[in-house]
Amino acid sequence: MISRVERTRLANWWWTVDRLMLAAIAVLMMTGIVLSLAASPAVATRIGLDAFYFVNRHALYLAPACLVMIAVSFLNHRQIRRLSLVVFIVCLAMTAATLVYGAEVKGARRWIVLAGINIQPSEFVKPAFVILISWLFAESTRKSDVPANTMALGLLISVVAILVLQPDFGQTMLIALVWGALFFMAGMRMVWMIGLAGTAAVGLAGAYLMVPHVRARISRFMDPSSGDTYQVSNAIESFVRGSWFGRGPGEGTVKRILPDSHADFVFAVAAEEFGIVLCLALVALFAFVVIRALQHAFRDEDPFTRFATAGLAILFGTQSAINMAVNLHLIPAKGMTLPFISYGGSSMISLAYGMGMLLALTRERPRAAMVTLERLPPELRTA
Amino acid sequence: MTEALPVADTPDTVAMAQPAQGEPWRRRVWRALLYGNADRHAKARGRIGLAMIAFTAVYAVIAGRLIVYAVTPDSHSGARSSAADAVATARPDILDRNGEILATDVKAASLFGEPKRLIDVDEAVELLTAVMPDLESKEVRERLANRKRGFAWLKREITPQQQRDIYRLGIPGIGFLNENKRTYPNGAEVAHLIGLVNVDNQGIAGIEKWLDGNGLAALHAAGLATDRLQEPVRLAVDLRVQHTVRDELIAARDKFKAKAAAGLVTDVRTGEILSMVSVPDFDPNNPKEASDPTRINRLTTGVFEMGSTFKALTIAMGLDSGKFTLNSMLDARASLRYGKFNIHDYHAQHRVLSLPEVFTYSSNIGTAKVALGMGVEHHKWFLKKMGQLDRLTTELPESAMPLVPKRWGELNTITIAFGHGLSVAPLQATMAVGALMNGGMMIPPTFLKRSEEDAQKLGVRVVRPETSAMMRYLMRLNAEKGSAKKVDVPGYYVGGKTGTAEKVVNGRYSKTKLLTTFMAVLPADKPRYLVTILLDEPQPTAETHGYATSGWNAAPTAAKIIARVAPMLGLEPRLDLPPADQLILANMKQAAR
Repeated sequence: MISRVERTRLANWWWTVDRLMLAAIAVLMMTGIVLSLAASPAVATRIGLDAFYFVNRHALYLAPACLVMIAVSFLNHRQIRRLSLVVFIVCLAMTAATLVYGAEVKGARRWIVLAGINIQPSEFVKPAFVILISWLFAESTRKSDVPANTMALGLLISVVAILVLQPDFGQTMLIALVWGALFFMAGMRMVWMIGLAGTAAVGLAGAYLMVPHVRARISRFMDPSSGDTYQVSNAIESFVRGSWFGRGPGEGTVKRILPDSHADFVFAVAAEEFGIVLCLALVALFAFVVIRALQHAFRDEDPFTRFATAGLAILFGTQSAINMAVNLHLIPAKGMTLPFISYGGSSMISLAYGMGMLLALTRERPRAAMVTLERLPPELRTA
Repeated sequence: MTEALPVADTPDTVAMAQPAQGEPWRRRVWRALLYGNADRHAKARGRIGLAMIAFTAVYAVIAGRLIVYAVTPDSHSGARSSAADAVATARPDILDRNGEILATDVKAASLFGEPKRLIDVDEAVELLTAVMPDLESKEVRERLANRKRGFAWLKREITPQQQRDIYRLGIPGIGFLNENKRTYPNGAEVAHLIGLVNVDNQGIAGIEKWLDGNGLAALHAAGLATDRLQEPVRLAVDLRVQHTVRDELIAARDKFKAKAAAGLVTDVRTGEILSMVSVPDFDPNNPKEASDPTRINRLTTGVFEMGSTFKALTIAMGLDSGKFTLNSMLDARASLRYGKFNIHDYHAQHRVLSLPEVFTYSSNIGTAKVALGMGVEHHKWFLKKMGQLDRLTTELPESAMPLVPKRWGELNTITIAFGHGLSVAPLQATMAVGALMNGGMMIPPTFLKRSEEDAQKLGVRVVRPETSAMMRYLMRLNAEKGSAKKVDVPGYYVGGKTGTAEKVVNGRYSKTKLLTTFMAVLPADKPRYLVTILLDEPQPTAETHGYATSGWNAAPTAAKIIARVAPMLGLEPRLDLPPADQLILANMKQAAR
């Protein structure tokens, strides 16, 4: 079936896709199931559900997620852009709809019920947004009739506006960060970069001064004794208790206390039960996926492919890094899921969609023409 | 090839580095403003490289932090393990002289809580108190309520059944630590002797405390005492003798309605204490009883005016000096007048008494005259030599200082001669009488097993062997003819001296509140054991014809004890022995020749 001799579509895919990255993602997905077994029964029984409710759902979501990822990785670049445009428009509309129809959970309206399924549409906005922005920045690098920069800014503002209204500061931050990173990679001058960084700083300072819970979180981070650091101090304790090799499966106690042990604090649960060695392995997996994707972006000559690959990698990497850093008390608490490990249906499918695109974008293409061009001396190239 | 490869649709890289020629000027300005005129292709490459470095750095920091946590010692369980150290300390077994276990360690679980880990304090308290109703729910709640605490004891030393029940509750944050619980299988039998431990298994009284003071505490501190294979400590006490003595003392205390009863059995040749009982005593398994002041050990912690038993010391002093002999005559016709005081005899004979008669009639006047004949300074010197003026230190940490008169004049010498005016611990008096019996060697008493050779090395000569022989003769004579007739258990050639002291009540000697003592030596010709009996405020009964003196209560008690104990101690009964003047005195004279 997968043979180099007979170039079927599957064979073609198999021999061009980045198999190592695929393997890394698969391992992450499997680890997610195992850690869900460790972390979620405690949460499920606490809120009165069947002990394996979350495990079952986690496993259940994995099937469509795999399907989405593989299917998307078959797409070519144009199809990716078109799909992203559709996904972006539909999901942004749904995100807007959550403001009106969404149920309020913990003070935010992020969820919408569609055909009996709870969906967090903002999750799907993220990867689609990255593709669209990458395309716009790629357009901005060449002679084009598209007002790329203006549109990129417009997109950002529209997305951020809706997310802030929800409110979902975590996603807002993530999207703004990826946007800024892509703008930066597109070659923005340092002056602007400094300006952007300044704006971000002013924004954070503003949030610190104006929004009470942001202020509380930061001051708690700076001085743990100032307030209730229950979650984070318990998370830290679970790392210390776990030590190198962990207490063993089922031996964790912190998971019973952490309200979000199956979502935001699954990393800490992993540390307590399976040890820091496993955590280091997870870090290595994430780092591997991110660095390898960035390497692809580094090598790729096509601006859109480069930006999109880098953008998706940064999205993935930032999300994982923030989650782990919060778990380890390196940065103030911020709700962010650990990609493929934390529980969450929408997040899982959206990640699969994003990683599917990453795999599609990093598939090997005939580069002979480009290589030849590259080898030409610059004066000839510009002629 | 069935389908085209996913080729980037506009691989127009050349344009990237090219300044846009045909675009409107406004956009060109924009572009220049935003991006500058650099090679954007190269810039993008460089900045992606930067992103790679940044991510590598971020992940490295995360990994670094993980490693820091991995090598951080678990401070929390550290606190717990130090608590475990403090409680899990093993103690050596304590055995009696025949290897019977007097004290041993039993593993017991203790319940603790980790407030930090608890999910629902109220639920936990409710469940725990349901299983263990004796748990004070308010106190437990208080201990668990402080969320910052990592460790709180809830109940020490619970039963295996309770542990199972709590285990089944499955409350997170509630756990057990195995502790060594000290148990005393014989209960109160040896209470005063071995003492007891506190809840942390540290000795707080008796031999247990002595163990701590002799290296065990240091071992604990070094964390080495957890070894279960510690050398057991072998005591001098004989559990069988101890039980018999206690049994008889309890019976005597009941019979004579005494406040307290106490008894000692010592080996006069080695100084070993084979039995020490003071009832009421306590069960060391129930430490609450131990702090009751009425249950003190009257033999070491209490000091008493020993009464007539002290006369043995006075007579020995006189005989040892050579100033008095068994043939000395002492005038007891009239009471002894000293200043405004009149000294009477209890069994007044109103005649001149020989020295043996002074002893057997327990004449206060005669004894006082012996002491006066030796002089105050000699009397003091002799009692000091006999260890009656200083605190007696043994393995037991509990010891009382004798109450010695500050100014010791002739009147003091007169009263002390017959056992009033100087309060000593009964063990102290027993040690001195033991020295008079065993040939004249003062051997410090011990609760540990000791061989005769070791005892000889420790012994100090205090009286001549002849004095000792004469004293044994007097003791035996007293059992044959004197006040100790009731104690003459056939076959064991017992000698003894009674003592009845009036207790001081409100600064005056009381006629009704008595302390009766009895000291018996067996066998009197070849002394092995000394039995001391003490009854605190015995009451007269119909059987004693209204008397409450030693001869009516302490002496019969001693006799009962001797009858039961002597066979256990391996003494063979010897019947039809000649009287004391033939067996002891004649032998002495023979030896002297």
